[in-house]
Amino acid sequence: METITFDLDQHTLREVNQYLHSDAAELNGKTVTVANPNGSHNIAVGLKSDVNVTIQGHAGYYAAGMNQLANVVIEGSAGTGVAENMMSGRVHVKGFASNAAGATANGGLLVIDGDAGLRCGISMKGVNIVVGGSVGSFSAFMAQAGNLVILGDAGEALGDSLYEARIFVRGSIQSLGADCEEKPMDAESRQILVNLLAESGHQDADPDSFTLLGSARKLYNFHVDNAGDY
Amino acid sequence: MCGIVGLLVKNQKMRANIGELMLPMLIGMTERGPDSAGLAIFGAPVDDEARKFSLYSADLSFDWKKFGADLNSTLKTKAEIEVKVNHAVITTSVSPEQVKAWLLSAYPQVHLLSVGQLMDIYKDTGTPAQVASRYDFSKLSGSHLVGHTRMATESAITPSHAHPFTAGEDWCLVHNGSLSNAHSIRRKLEYEGITFETDNDTEAACRFLQWRMREGDDLKTALEHGFDELDGFYTLLMGTKDQLALVRDPFACKPAIVAEHDDYVAIASEFRSLAHLPDIKNAKVFEPAPKEMYVWKL
Repeated sequence: METITFDLDQHTLREVNQYLHSDAAELNGKTVTVANPNGSHNIAVGLKSDVNVTIQGHAGYYAAGMNQLANVVIEGSAGTGVAENMMSGRVHVKGFASNAAGATANGGLLVIDGDAGLRCGISMKGVNIVVGGSVGSFSAFMAQAGNLVILGDAGEALGDSLYEARIFVRGSIQSLGADCEEKPMDAESRQILVNLLAESGHQDADPDSFTLLGSARKLYNFHVDNAGDY
Repeated sequence: MCGIVGLLVKNQKMRANIGELMLPMLIGMTERGPDSAGLAIFGAPVDDEARKFSLYSADLSFDWKKFGADLNSTLKTKAEIEVKVNHAVITTSVSPEQVKAWLLSAYPQVHLLSVGQLMDIYKDTGTPAQVASRYDFSKLSGSHLVGHTRMATESAITPSHAHPFTAGEDWCLVHNGSLSNAHSIRRKLEYEGITFETDNDTEAACRFLQWRMREGDDLKTALEHGFDELDGFYTLLMGTKDQLALVRDPFACKPAIVAEHDDYVAIASEFRSLAHLPDIKNAKVFEPAPKEMYVWKL
């Protein structure tokens, strides 16, 4: 497999991203390494080919945003909005991720080995997110579809105004948001969890140690008794 | 936006070069704050009775020599005066009250930026690189510093509106964010006898903490009161004679990242301002949690 290296001390970010936007025929199956990312914003955004990208350090804001098909590995931490609005493919953060990781993402898999900040998976629309550590407050706020797996703890107002996404939590939860409630672990949900744990390198984690959360569906239609919850 | 940086150097040998270490941190925050920049540096303390007064004159051709002579003759002192462009640091044993009263009557156009035994403040309009080169930031030495790059969103772009702000001797604060109730805080504090120099929202936060500490709060208790009363988004970084302290608002709307290394503790709005620091690969890099107070002592 051919590897191409860009050093951000030598190349501009635009050169890297323009190369990563070459025709699929040029990129498919290749590995592109980005050295010295040094917290630059927008690394490997908007990719739409089956390419492997390794970012060798800490990435800044919106790394791998809007990803389609590509497999992006960030060896350090990621700033705000990593893999935001991802459509497909896979993004793996080996360190921690800042706020709004995987925000509004439609598909694909986001794996964060460390902690994620506040609002992880906010408004997620079908993505799968697995967080090895803990997530901050307001995670999965208004999450519409997809699965958020948290191996550590969750902050305040988890799953506030949740739609049809599933949340699996292994650790403690500071508080649940409005309309988010514990659900019995049904066979289909358990299988989704088992598959996601395997895909994210957490096959040793016991699926039965997780709590499943979902929407109570009480806020779907306005009812005056719930006015205080909106 | 706005960018904040802080650096506390634990390795004694590196303190002579703190300015050089810091410069890429401040310049790294240019995109977050291109219109003004400022810095508070904590250096060697002056004698017990003496104080350093950081001063600023908007007039570039201001006659600091005459100013020094007038000060010495009126207040019967032998003040040292160190001039950098339109900033000057004077060192004297005359009490701060006397100096302030004299400034107000003789030189009302000269702005008093800070008073202390260790801290000097420089702040001005311009890009971080321009301000740093104007005041030779790269040549500064000291144990710790607090810096700021400003993108003004709520009040004018002038040197006085730039950060840091001070609230007491050897005490300064920089802020990334915006406060929505700055004016009501200000009205409240004015009844408490607190005076303001600008209409900047950060100054309201600074004066609020000053008032709480005047009422007997320690910094931690003052900041807890801040969580109840300051409405808005903020990451606040504070410098005192022997520590740096950081808090983020409960929603963590404004960023901060910390690198703890055996030789130093570095704080910035984003990692790109820390990337160049020596041996950063072996530092513990983390994001401070919201609504928690972090303190690093010398």
